[in-house]
Parts: sequence; C-alpha cells; structure tokens
Amino acid sequence: MKQNDAATDTGANHETDQQTLFGDRSGQLAKESRVPAGKPDAGAHGTAVTLDDVSISFGDHVAVRNVTLQLPAREVTALVGPSGCGKTSVLRAINRLHDHTGGVVRGTIRLGSLDVYGTDVQPEVLRSRIGMVFQKPNPFPTMSIFDNVISGLRFNGVRNKRLLREMGIAALHNAALWDIVKDRLHQPALRLSGGQQQRLCIARALAIEPEVLLMDEPCSALDPVATAKIEDLIRHLSGEVTIALVTHNMFQAARVSDNVAVFLLGEDRVGELVEVGPTDRVFDTPSDARTKAYVTGHVG
Amino acid sequence: MSKLPSMQVALDGAMPDMGLAEVARRRLVVRDSARRSIGRRRTAGRAMQVICLLAVPIALAPLVALAIATVSKGAGALSIGFLAHAPTPEGVPGGGISTAIVGSGEIIAYAIALAVPLGLFIALFLFERPGPIASAIRFSADVMSGVPSIIIGIFAYAVYVERFHHFSDVAAGFALGVLMLPIMVRANEEAMRTVSVDLWEAGISLGARRSRVARSVVLRGALPGVVTGNLLALARGVGETAPLLFTVASPTFAMTLLIFNDATQPYPDAQQTAWGTALVLLALVLILSVIARTVAWTLNRKTR
Ligand SMILES: Nc1ncnc2c1ncn2[C@@H]1O[C@H](COP(=O)(O)OP(=O)(O)OP(=O)(O)O)[C@@H](O)[C@H]1O
Ligand SMILES: [Mg+2]
Repeated sequence: MKQNDAATDTGANHETDQQTLFGDRSGQLAKESRVPAGKPDAGAHGTAVTLDDVSISFGDHVAVRNVTLQLPAREVTALVGPSGCGKTSVLRAINRLHDHTGGVVRGTIRLGSLDVYGTDVQPEVLRSRIGMVFQKPNPFPTMSIFDNVISGLRFNGVRNKRLLREMGIAALHNAALWDIVKDRLHQPALRLSGGQQQRLCIARALAIEPEVLLMDEPCSALDPVATAKIEDLIRHLSGEVTIALVTHNMFQAARVSDNVAVFLLGEDRVGELVEVGPTDRVFDTPSDARTKAYVTGHVG
Repeated sequence: MSKLPSMQVALDGAMPDMGLAEVARRRLVVRDSARRSIGRRRTAGRAMQVICLLAVPIALAPLVALAIATVSKGAGALSIGFLAHAPTPEGVPGGGISTAIVGSGEIIAYAIALAVPLGLFIALFLFERPGPIASAIRFSADVMSGVPSIIIGIFAYAVYVERFHHFSDVAAGFALGVLMLPIMVRANEEAMRTVSVDLWEAGISLGARRSRVARSVVLRGALPGVVTGNLLALARGVGETAPLLFTVASPTFAMTLLIFNDATQPYPDAQQTAWGTALVLLALVLILSVIARTVAWTLNRKTR
C-alpha cells in the first residue's frame, strides 16, 4: 500500500512535470539568476518561522514527529514528501488550524520570536499575520470578486472604505490578477476559471499583508499554464513574503524554492523530516540516502 | 541549477503482474456482461420512468382537487367587503372576516418575532458548539416537531392564559412560535451544514473569529436554505388551528378558527364565509411558498 501510494503520486507528477518543464524554461532561468551562488544556509534575512521538535497527532495516531525546521525569512521553502507524511499537518500547525480539527501539536513553533502556542497569543491575531492558500481554490461563493479580496481585511475589522479599496487593488496587482478582473470586480467569484480562482485566493491571502504565506499544493487542481502563472507569482512574492510551499512536484520545488524540506514516512508509518537545506544542494547532493531515493523517484 | 531529478517510477510490488492475456480475459468478461444485460437494464430504466410519470398525477390530484373545491366554493364569498368588514352575528347575512385577517396577522407576527431569531441563534449554537448539549437540543427539537399541535395549544394555555387570566394574540403567537421553532432550527442547521468546511477554514485562516465566520460565511452561504426553511415552517404554522383553540378569545380573531367555527354552523351564509376564508388562507400559503422559492432562487443566482 505504501509503495503503491508513493508510486502513483510520483508517477502522476512525472507527466505534468514534463509538460510544464518544456513550457517553462524561462522561469527556471529567472530563478537561477535570482538566487546567488553559495548563499548561506541561514537565509539572508534571518528566520521567519521556527519549528522545534514539533510532533502532531490525531487521537492515538501520530501523523508526524520531531520536526525541527526553519523557514528563512523572505524565501520559498518547499515541503516535499510522499502522501500522508504530514506536510499538510505541519503547515496547519503553523497557523493553528489544528485548534479546530482535533489535532494536537507538541513542541515549539515560533513566528519571529513569538511562541505561536503561547498562552497569551490570540489565534485570530496570529492568523492575520499568516496567509494560507489551500489545495482546492475556495473563494467565498456568496461574495463578489472584490469582496473576496477584501474579506480578510473586513474580518480583521478594517472599515475604512478607501483603505479597503486601495489594499484590495494592491493585492489584486500583487496576485497578477488585476488586468483580468478589473472590469468585473463585482461579479460573483465563481465565474472565474479554476486557476483564476486560485489566484483570487492568493490575492485574498495577500490583502491582509501577511508575513508568512502557507501554500498547500496550490497548483494540484490546475493545468500547466495556470501552474506556471502561480509559480511565477510565487517567485515574484518571495523577497516580500516568507513562503512555505507544499508540493508533490519535484520539478516545481526545483523551479521555485530556495530551500527544500524532505519528509518521509518512517518504519511505523509516522512522518518525519529527513533532510532540509538549499534546494540546489538537496537535489544535487542529498546527504540522506532516503532523500536521494525519494527525489530521484526510487521510493523505498 | 541542479540537474533535474529523474522520475523513474518503481512499480514493483504495486500490482501483481497479470500478463496481457489475463487483462484481455477480464475485458471480455465486462464487455460480455454489458452486452448481455443491456436489454434488462433498458427495461428497468423504462419501467422506472413509467412509475415516475404515473406518480406525478397521483401526487398532484389531491392538490388540484383541493384547489378546485376551495376556489369554486369560496370564490363566491370573496369581495372587498368580505376582506374589509367585521363579521356579523351568526345568522345575520353580510359582514366579512377583517377581524380574523388582522388577528391572524398579529398572531403570525408574534410567532415570527419569537421563532425566527430564536431559530437562527439555536441553529448557530448547534453548528458552533457540537457536543452533548447540542445533541440534546437537536433531539428535543426532533421530539418537539412531532408533538401534536393540540398539546402545544394546551401548553400555551397553561403557561400563558391560565397565569395571566386572559386570552390573547400574544399567547396564540407564542403557541405558533413554539410549533414552528423546531422545524426552523432543523431547517437552518441543515442549510448551514451545506456550507463546505473549505470555506469555513478559508475564513478562519484569514484571522476571522469563529462567530464572524459563522455569520459572514456560514450563515450567508446558508441563506437561501434558511429563508426557504423558515417560510415553509411559517406556511405550516399559518394553517394551524389547534394551538389557537385555547389561546384566542373568539373564533372571529383568527382565520383557521373562523373556518372551524363557521363550517360547522347550520347557516349557508356561515358555510360560505368558511369557504371564503379557506380560499384566503390557501392563497396566503401559496404566496408564502412562492416567495420562498423566489428568494432562494434569487439568492442562488447571485452566486453564479
Ligand atoms: N483531521 C485529521 N484527523 C485524523 N487524522 C488526520 C487528520 N488530518 C490528517 N490526518 C492524518 O495525518 C497523517 C498526515 O496527513 P497529512 O494530510 O498531513 O499528509 P500530507 O503529507 O499532507 O499528505 P498529502 O500529500 O496526501 O496531502 C495522515 O495519516 C492522515 O490520515
Ligand atoms: Mg496534504
């Protein structure tokens, strides 16, 4: 079963990868020129999010354990690994979404120097500093395109009409969506295509000016062209926002990320982090044999 | 840039190797079964269609018969005066049902004022705080909606009329509200459950408080269902007689009571009035249902 999962997953990606790859050489080059060679591990701008010995369990079932990981500020960190190894669980621990789904988080997670699970932390305030983009585009169907973008601001108590308008437009520009939607801001959000809806969700997350953006397989429901657009967007956004990107697509990880964290399932089917480091290094010379096996497609 | 990792997929152990012959044999089994059963499947489909087509008139016949009877017997009574004038004493011709219309209107207004907001708050509670208390409330709502309405009437009598020593529209509205409340609660909750968890999480992840998500995302998304459910519960309540028996001072102060009272009189005039009132009531219920449909449709259309 385990092998089956991993094999089908990577197998499926294999095909889409080839497609995107041929169409997206330029993007790859752009990324290459952006990342200076010999960049230090620590990240040029310090650390935005720190996970220290984090384990996440649902009832008796431990999903992932002993994750120690740093998200360098204003860089893209890709989280890769086979299905069920706890990537989503780790992501949702960072903005405390497990508070509502019965997941228990042990260990320490810090946003800057703030203890995310500290007793004096209000989860709502914390979440307003962290944006999240989900696997399936989920714009609010009852709201117009523009109301979707500014919904987060409204939820956080911003009432000033001019401010809402300015920040909403800025977010749409940031998500490279403005030219597409500028003439139909007041149409229902569901009239957009899937890829546009996903970018709308990114705009919605960006509107609250998050310091960290958590993206959980944001392209998995999208075709190669829409995927390429979102990848461009991710590259464009890094440098402003710290991004954690979960992906099953090694090529995508190679294209857009500065760092890679590789998760695998341990002997007892509990997820664990096996290797983390700069993307080039992890893909070229993985220090862990299991990583090497995974990134080259031979999953043990 | 690193050389891209090769993506050779190891299929070993993923599936037993069956060989092409085995695959071909299985294909044959499926195709063969498909071909041989097509006749049977087609007949079953046809039979189903016929049953459905027959069911439609059977279901519609009572409704149509009821509408025809009410219109043909009641239309004669209708006039502006019938709607605008107060009833005359028994046996005296003329007069209208204005007091009953106004009375019913008041009773319904009180029932709405009680049941609609309460129904929303309780449904929100059930949605927001799942647990033993919510289960208990849900269970009692289900029991309540099965309680015969006459018992709710006695209950309202005991709680209100006996205590304050007078009949009143407030007591009647209270009884109707109690009758409609459980239906509204369950309809609201069902409507709220149709809003997907994805949207709820989207709201939460943007830093919204739970209560805000419940209001702006869940309730807003459930609005078509909430409106429909509430209006249908209201339509049900409008036609109730039993809860009013013990709470309204005189049959001339509520339409359903007036129908009950006048239809059992030996005077043709009174019977005519009963039919006329029945027609007015039927029209009211129809209007409520149409409003329910229209509102739900408009709200749904706005999202597409
Ligand atoms: N709400 C939940 N309740 C119970 N178990 C859960 C819950 N969410 C996740 N799990 C379990 O935790 C483990 C890790 O799940 P998670 O979704 O984090 O994996 P993933 O790495 O994101 O997988 P995928 O690549 O398929 O998205 C799985 O075994 C899963 O069954
Ligand atoms: Mg996942």
